[in-house]
Amino acid sequence: MENLNVYAAKMAPQQEFLAGGHRACQGCAELLAVRLVAKTLGHDYIIANATGCLEIVTSSYPHSAWKVPWIHVAFENAAAVASGVEAAVKILQKKGKYPVDRKITILAQAGDGGTVDIGLQALSGALERGHDMIYICYDNEAYMNTGVQRSSSTPYGATTTTSPAGKVDPLGQHTMKKNIVEIAAAHNIPYVATASPSYPFDLMEKVKKASETPGPAYIHCFVPCPTGWRMAPNLAVSIGRIAAESKVFPLYEIVNGEYRMTVTHKKHRPVIDYLKPQGRFRHLNEDNIAEIQQQVDKSYERLLKKVAMSSTELD
Amino acid sequence: MAKRVGIEVSLAISEAVKLAKVDAVAAYPITPQTHIVEHLSELVAEGELDAAFIPVESEHSAMSVCAGTSAAGARTYTATSSQGLALMNEILFIIPALRLPVVMTIANRALSGPISIWNDHSDIMSVRDTGWIAIFAENGQEAFDLTLQSFKIAEDHRVLLPISVNIDGFTLSHVIEPHEFLDQSEVDKFLPEYKPAVQLNPDDPVSMGTVGVPEIYAEAKKCQDEVLKGSIEVIKEVFAEFAEMFGREYKVVETYRAEGAETLLMTMGSVSETAMEAIDRMQEAGRKVGLIRLRLWRPFPADDLRAEMGSVKTLAVLDRAVSFGGAGGPVAGEVRSALYNVEDSPYIASFIAGLGGRDITVDDFIEMVDQAEAMAKANEIHEYKMIGVRE
Repeated sequence: MENLNVYAAKMAPQQEFLAGGHRACQGCAELLAVRLVAKTLGHDYIIANATGCLEIVTSSYPHSAWKVPWIHVAFENAAAVASGVEAAVKILQKKGKYPVDRKITILAQAGDGGTVDIGLQALSGALERGHDMIYICYDNEAYMNTGVQRSSSTPYGATTTTSPAGKVDPLGQHTMKKNIVEIAAAHNIPYVATASPSYPFDLMEKVKKASETPGPAYIHCFVPCPTGWRMAPNLAVSIGRIAAESKVFPLYEIVNGEYRMTVTHKKHRPVIDYLKPQGRFRHLNEDNIAEIQQQVDKSYERLLKKVAMSSTELD
Repeated sequence: MAKRVGIEVSLAISEAVKLAKVDAVAAYPITPQTHIVEHLSELVAEGELDAAFIPVESEHSAMSVCAGTSAAGARTYTATSSQGLALMNEILFIIPALRLPVVMTIANRALSGPISIWNDHSDIMSVRDTGWIAIFAENGQEAFDLTLQSFKIAEDHRVLLPISVNIDGFTLSHVIEPHEFLDQSEVDKFLPEYKPAVQLNPDDPVSMGTVGVPEIYAEAKKCQDEVLKGSIEVIKEVFAEFAEMFGREYKVVETYRAEGAETLLMTMGSVSETAMEAIDRMQEAGRKVGLIRLRLWRPFPADDLRAEMGSVKTLAVLDRAVSFGGAGGPVAGEVRSALYNVEDSPYIASFIAGLGGRDITVDDFIEMVDQAEAMAKANEIHEYKMIGVRE
């Protein structure tokens, strides 16, 4: 993968649908991912955006960074708004009343808070109803827009402004990251994937597959946040790679219920390599780190079993 | 040709929505709104209505889906009641700010708690300031007519605002009444296809719902209020056009036997017909009493109301909701504000009755008039009085 990615930039479409000049922080991996998604989907798509960093930094009136039709309504309802857009375009095209008769891709996008916490119900409803749309969660593992508060996507041991590591309670976040990917897959939708802008080819390939899949597709995109993770902005891309290499954020897809790893590593790094550059984990002791290593190994084993089971069934 | 049909009011509303050829309906079931959306989903399933019916998982999503369908250019309808309306609250504010002409029936029902499925106006009063046009129907025919007219008002490019058509839960929604239906060809002449001013379209991209920085937020809100206030002229135009085409006349403020009245009773919704009976009886007894009804709640028809105050000395205002801790019922408060600076403005008495399905009888209305006149004579100050309540 390392060598292939050298060519990624040249092989990606040149056209940009997310304009420069937005207000994201230095080193924001979310905007990097969004730019790649936008390139992949091209011209014919409509975005329903949840409230959050992405909405704020790209849409301060009278400016907009979006060269595609874009709507923001509220925080928890991107999936519902996208459902409406999808249903409307479909019926209006059928009735010959929509100005464009080409296939239009509908994309809902939200952060982890807008997906795994406050937006979970709307997401579940949209996936269950089977709208032909893509939902992408850009997961930076906390409420970054409001100042780094914990969400249910914040990993075990991370310190945030509402899960602070203190004298009496030195751990930080006590709970394991909610497995939203499995929750999405449990809706029996045709396409679910994890992705990361640190692996741009893989991300773009998944977005393409999602757009070509009829019915709902869910992509969980891992987007390091230097501001919230308390690390240097130039580490955003490399930390995403280390997350995959250390099994913390494995890259895989679930196509019609069948699991497949899309990025594999011959040798895995220890989690300490992932935790160490990040200020949010600086307070952890050796026992905590050992505990996290154990959790990560266990989750990864479980994932591999699903992959193995899928391969068997495919044979 | 128009035909007379005996049908449940909820079904008549669904038929109006069908005649309006809506493109999208998103709804979540809640008593007493259910018959409307059940019938609409049937009409779609039977192929009588070519629309997307989106059976969502909550009212919050119902209104969010409506935002999406309307922004994409679809004629959009939904219906709800009470808790459902309360759950939509956040999105209700955003729909008019995005200038999306969604039409919604509210089968008015009391808000919890204690939980009550029965009728009053606490739901609509709780969303007074969301920026929607709010219209009240008194019977099934009005509900049918106003539903059709609402699409035309909402979608007018001088308006582009959402409208709620309020009908009293159960007392209207679940009763069978005679309705004069209109033919599709007649409706098509009155209500042309919806032409969105802007819509989500990749060939002409727009950004909707961008961040309102302090330099622009106040202007955006001022503009929104101007448009809402200005919509009253379009509402009157549409009422007039409807009257000309179909012979049934609607006014933003309606009166009944109010000429020369010194005391007016003010009502909204289906109880107005009971109030008329009370007025008849009092006039037979020689009393100078009339009835005034607000058809339009938002934008508040202040000028039209003031124009009816000629010889009126006492105004008895009925509210079917409590403004907890406030100075009177929500309608009375508004009326007091509208008339306060008017020379020789009438004495305004605020009455609250008919909460959570409690009947309001002819005698209750007579009592309101009696009390209002006595209070006016003694010039007593009361925030409000509750009628028909055990104390």
